[in-house]
Amino acid sequence: MKVTLEFRGGAELLVNGVAQHPVDLDGCKWTVARLLTWIQDNLIQERPELFLQGDSVRPGILVLINDTDWELLGELDYELVENDNVLFISTLHGG
Amino acid sequence: MGDRVKVEDVNVIREGAGERKDEKEREKNGEKMAKKRERLIEELRKKESENQDLQQKLEKREEDVQAILAKLIQDPTNHIIPDKHQHPLNHREVARYSRQLILPEFGPEGQRKLSSTSVLIVGCGGLGCPAAIYLAAAGVGRLGLIDYDTVELNNLHRQILHTEGRVGVAKAVSIALSVKALNSHVELVPYEVVLTSQVALTIISKYDIVLDCTDNVATRYLLNDACVLGNKPLVSGSALRYEGQLTVYHHNGGPCFRCLHPKPPPPETVTNCSDGGVLGVVPGMIGCLQALEAIKLASGLGTPLSRKLLLFDALQGTFRTVKLRGGRSDCEVCGETPTITKLIDYEQFCGAAATDKEKGVQLLEADKRVTVEEYRDVRVKDTPHLLIDVRLPVELEICALPNCINIPLKQLGKPNSIAVIEEKLSSVRTKSIYCVCRRGNDSQLAVKQLESTLSEHGCQIKDIIGGLTAWANKIDPTLPVY
Repeated sequence: MKVTLEFRGGAELLVNGVAQHPVDLDGCKWTVARLLTWIQDNLIQERPELFLQGDSVRPGILVLINDTDWELLGELDYELVENDNVLFISTLHGG
Repeated sequence: MGDRVKVEDVNVIREGAGERKDEKEREKNGEKMAKKRERLIEELRKKESENQDLQQKLEKREEDVQAILAKLIQDPTNHIIPDKHQHPLNHREVARYSRQLILPEFGPEGQRKLSSTSVLIVGCGGLGCPAAIYLAAAGVGRLGLIDYDTVELNNLHRQILHTEGRVGVAKAVSIALSVKALNSHVELVPYEVVLTSQVALTIISKYDIVLDCTDNVATRYLLNDACVLGNKPLVSGSALRYEGQLTVYHHNGGPCFRCLHPKPPPPETVTNCSDGGVLGVVPGMIGCLQALEAIKLASGLGTPLSRKLLLFDALQGTFRTVKLRGGRSDCEVCGETPTITKLIDYEQFCGAAATDKEKGVQLLEADKRVTVEEYRDVRVKDTPHLLIDVRLPVELEICALPNCINIPLKQLGKPNSIAVIEEKLSSVRTKSIYCVCRRGNDSQLAVKQLESTLSEHGCQIKDIIGGLTAWANKIDPTLPVY
């Protein structure tokens, strides 16, 4: 299943500074929970604790699936479909 | 200077006296002199009038400064500000705001609402400057301006209402002066205070809309909770590097900051403008949009950016608006059974200070650190050693000490970095390593890192206290500080 993963707002620093990652996931049943573990194992270069805390993303990172807050879509239980876009955005605080 | 009477002219006048054949020439010279005189007199008059104008401007400026300073609030615990009331637009206002008055959706009604609205801008920096100037230009009724800080030279690339001449002046006063010069009819209330849990509710209660233009997590939580408790909409903007974010919190059933972020981020994941950098236009864009959202809220125009988050990416040139959750019923401050019913200690809650100022950290024991003076002696005596600069390459382009090797902190533990260090140590025939960075924080982390990776080599590894900033301040003032 092809999906696009995006990391922005500084979260891209966790994945070697690259914002967009088109990925092809094996099999068909992919929940966001499973995706998070996959990202941790396959994309995160160092300091995984800056991405995950427990079984969810760490405080300060928002997850948006197809530009919609994942909270409206079932969070960890959301099942990905072909061509989904999952955006991890770190909240900025500078001014 | 070009009109000064030349020496030859004077000589001509002297020699010409009594000599007939020079009569014509004398006449000619006389005419020339008279013309010159006239010109000079005219010039003088012009300069005098210019001088008078400047004098008047200066006096007006001085009056403005005094007026702003008279309003400066340093103790906000019980300051009194009368309510803003709507009034019919006068001729001056009609003329001044005509181009927005003829917009059917805004119109005189929108203008009247805006001119009776008071907006509090918290943070007079990269976001606060553009927000303040556009709100003032549009004719907002009152602007409260909070900042505890003073203007620094490194602010001016993005904090565009401050000036070279006002370095060292309170930012709230500096913004107020620029705003007054654009629109003298906006009521200005500058506050030179730190927004604390003690004063936040008192100040916020006097305003209709609050703009979060701050630069740190603790103040963002404080401002959010204060706006929920005081029931004010919060227009929140932020910017870093090439990205900006914007949303309206606590408005019309939409979420508050805490609904999105019940827990604060780990402090080490938060980057400020001083460390991460920021292109000035980026907060400029977001600050303008904050002004826009405030104008929409004040006048009832359009749809406020509530339950939506706007993401601006300067490098891609994109604006993207994503859909957010509504207010959470279990939110600790705006939910159905709130547990936060008064303001708390936000620095403690976030584990981080309520400023974006750098704080020096002390991670190493004293014997593993040297002062810049001690390190100067090492260089003067030519003691064999290896100097590792652990900053990013772009920072070495700004300034660096000669004969250092550059290995950024993040690369320091990598095998090829270790190989480079080992090779250098053997070619210089030393076991002495000094680590340096910008301010002396990362260099301590570097020492710790190298101590573990080079443990078998028996090296003496130290860091330079205060980094290149201290070196520039105490040893070599020709080195630029950034």
